[in-house]
Amino acid sequence: MTTAVADHHHDEVPKGITRWLFTTNHKDIGTLYLWFSFIMFLVGGAMALVIRAELFMPGLQVVNPHFYNQMVTVHALVMIFGAVMPGFVGFANWMLPMMIGAPDMALPRLNNWSFWLLPFATTLLITSLFVPGGGPAAGWTIYPPLSIQGGMGVDLTIFTIHILGMSSILGAINIIATILNMRAPGMTLLKMPLFVWTWVITAFLLIAAMPVLAGAVTMLLTDRHFGTAFFSAAGGGDPVMFQHIFWFFGHPEVYILILPAFGIISQVIPTFSRKPLFGYTSMVFATAAIAFLSFIVWAHHMYTVGMPLSGELFFMYSTMLIAIPTGVKVFNWLATMWRGSMTFETPMLYAIATVALFTVGGLTGLMMAITPADFQYHDTYFIVAHFHYVIFCGSVLAMFSGVYYWLPKWTGHMYDETLGKVHFWLTVISFNITFFPQHFLGFAGMPRRIPDYSLQFAEFNMVSSIGGFILGFSQLILLWVVIKSIRGGKKATAEVWDNPEGLEWTVPSPAPYHTFATAPEVR
Amino acid sequence: MSAVHGGYYLPDPTKWPTITSMGLFLLALGFILNLHYLAPGLWLMIAGAGVIVLMMFAWFGQVATESEAGKYDAQVDTSFRMGMGWFIFSEIMFFGAFFGALFYARVLSVPWIAGDEFLWPGFEATWPTAGPAGAAYIGPDAHDVAAGTFSSIGAFGIPLINTLLLLTSSVTVTIAHWALKKNQRGPLCFWLFVTVVLGAAFMYFQVYEYIEAYRHLGLTLGSGVYGATFFMLTGFHGFHVTVGAIILAVILVRCLKGHFKPDEHFGFEGAAWYWHFVDTVWVGLFIFVYIL
Repeated sequence: MTTAVADHHHDEVPKGITRWLFTTNHKDIGTLYLWFSFIMFLVGGAMALVIRAELFMPGLQVVNPHFYNQMVTVHALVMIFGAVMPGFVGFANWMLPMMIGAPDMALPRLNNWSFWLLPFATTLLITSLFVPGGGPAAGWTIYPPLSIQGGMGVDLTIFTIHILGMSSILGAINIIATILNMRAPGMTLLKMPLFVWTWVITAFLLIAAMPVLAGAVTMLLTDRHFGTAFFSAAGGGDPVMFQHIFWFFGHPEVYILILPAFGIISQVIPTFSRKPLFGYTSMVFATAAIAFLSFIVWAHHMYTVGMPLSGELFFMYSTMLIAIPTGVKVFNWLATMWRGSMTFETPMLYAIATVALFTVGGLTGLMMAITPADFQYHDTYFIVAHFHYVIFCGSVLAMFSGVYYWLPKWTGHMYDETLGKVHFWLTVISFNITFFPQHFLGFAGMPRRIPDYSLQFAEFNMVSSIGGFILGFSQLILLWVVIKSIRGGKKATAEVWDNPEGLEWTVPSPAPYHTFATAPEVR
Repeated sequence: MSAVHGGYYLPDPTKWPTITSMGLFLLALGFILNLHYLAPGLWLMIAGAGVIVLMMFAWFGQVATESEAGKYDAQVDTSFRMGMGWFIFSEIMFFGAFFGALFYARVLSVPWIAGDEFLWPGFEATWPTAGPAGAAYIGPDAHDVAAGTFSSIGAFGIPLINTLLLLTSSVTVTIAHWALKKNQRGPLCFWLFVTVVLGAAFMYFQVYEYIEAYRHLGLTLGSGVYGATFFMLTGFHGFHVTVGAIILAVILVRCLKGHFKPDEHFGFEGAAWYWHFVDTVWVGLFIFVYIL
């Protein structure tokens, strides 16, 4: 496949630390992204365990309330900007060029920069926990006036967001340029694998949404230090204006977190159902429809803030519309499995769990879309349960599915199927132990972001904390599986699975350092 | 030396992106320390900015050298075009956030604050306004205002001149582009030089206007939501004009060195696109910030 051309030294793999620091190879950069994402996943997970330890019993035992709020805030920022987004960019880097038959990403130097901005940015964020006044404690949404009153930690967070935003925008530009410009001859747009489609749309969302967040946090910075009055009613501004600008970014952001996940499971389910994806074209258009709707629904995060009735109604109806394209997707996944000759290897288990449990989160989302109902749910644990069902069960489980699916292609060795299944069952069961009771807590009125609670919430919180610790420590199994697969194991064939579709399965496992030096022919 | 894979140019490993990230980290950290009056802040900022300037010479210089060496084929050129186009789109969204803040304040938040008789009794919704607790607005171009009042900059003085300067510069950069396409190097350099001069003249007037505002009009960043939106919008625009003029100046130097071919000159076009973009943003500013 990879006929070496002209200059042979390029095909040698560089050695030592500079291989990783200075690399322009999409596979190396993908690996960096994935490891970075996993480390951040453990860091953010550790913060989640601090939260669950404090909530194990009513009263204050483990941390003080201010530090608790910092944990709530930084856990979310680390997971969203450090774990999930870079994780999907890692998948994009590894897989997109191979899926479209390109020799590499379109802009390899920029690709290196997009990654190496991340560790520096997250260093700023983690540093914030150790400066006087502590880290950001206003929640990841950093609403003023609370975030305006914070200390140096908030400034560190603002610049973290700036640099992470640069990284995301540059990465997204690279991905769009790669997909639109680097496809092998014959790979027309509607022949692209669905993971490629979801990423091109996600990249568009990133380029449109991240600069808006940059604007919002810049206004916060000037309100904090340079005397502007964007978010102060005394100066004619409005703290609610921050919420509008923030959620104009924030809602596309949640689809940035989920669309690549849809892409991954749209690759996995057909392989293990041994059938082509049902309704490919409708999947593409549903993805585009979700992306469009994401820009006109933002204020459903703000129903209780005091909006005109017309605003409440508009955002309620537009939000409920999202259920249609999402329903199309879920239907198509189920129809793909329908009467397929299915097998249940770990990637498939994770994909099925994603469909099932993401749907739970989707349905609670539909409940919250209804304005009057949301007045009860707003800022309660019902919301916490909802977004963990969509972000953990949607994004993270899909990433696990993708890791198991492509790990043999990355390392050249099959992973340990038994360990994979243990990881799966522990993760899925403990996740539900952790988060399902939180629905009930929310209905009963337990508010989020508070370190203490009334006695009647004690049992469910204890159950939730036990589940949380099992969930957290279960992830070490994944680390073990990955390391084991890197070090050895049964050799993987080029195809790995039973006749899977896609160009990535036409190259050997592990994939050579450079693939598709000459573009493959796609019919 | 780099290998050519199927024609598409793939660069060798490079140290500049990592070093740039380090520079940016130092710049951000230094700026934050500065905000809190901590001593090493300024030095970290200088070091960070130094690293970034060094990077620009080294990294961008390398790209220019490779380009002149003919290593980029049409497909690489398309990647660059897409990259620049989407980058400008991200910039538009960034300005969109600040325009959004301006519209939100004018259309929604100021009338809301004034609308409730119990919230701020006696506050009238006007524009410009520094808000119910801010300085009172006394009309445009009133010099040497009394304490507790502020004035604004009328649209048809310096802002109109600046509009004409920038619109003209968009024309001159296009004339330079035509000259490049016909391989007329003399007119190319001349009109590009004129463009840079027009950009510099714009910045001169903009700085002059800021000094006026602070010294004589009582208009500052602290002049409520009007001052905030006015200075942040025009300030970020001015920053972009400065960057755009520097880019055009670098392109001018490259033109003087004989870079670019009539049919292959994306470096020039990218700079021109950026220049048209800052020009377009200015038209939006002139209408929504100054006139209306």
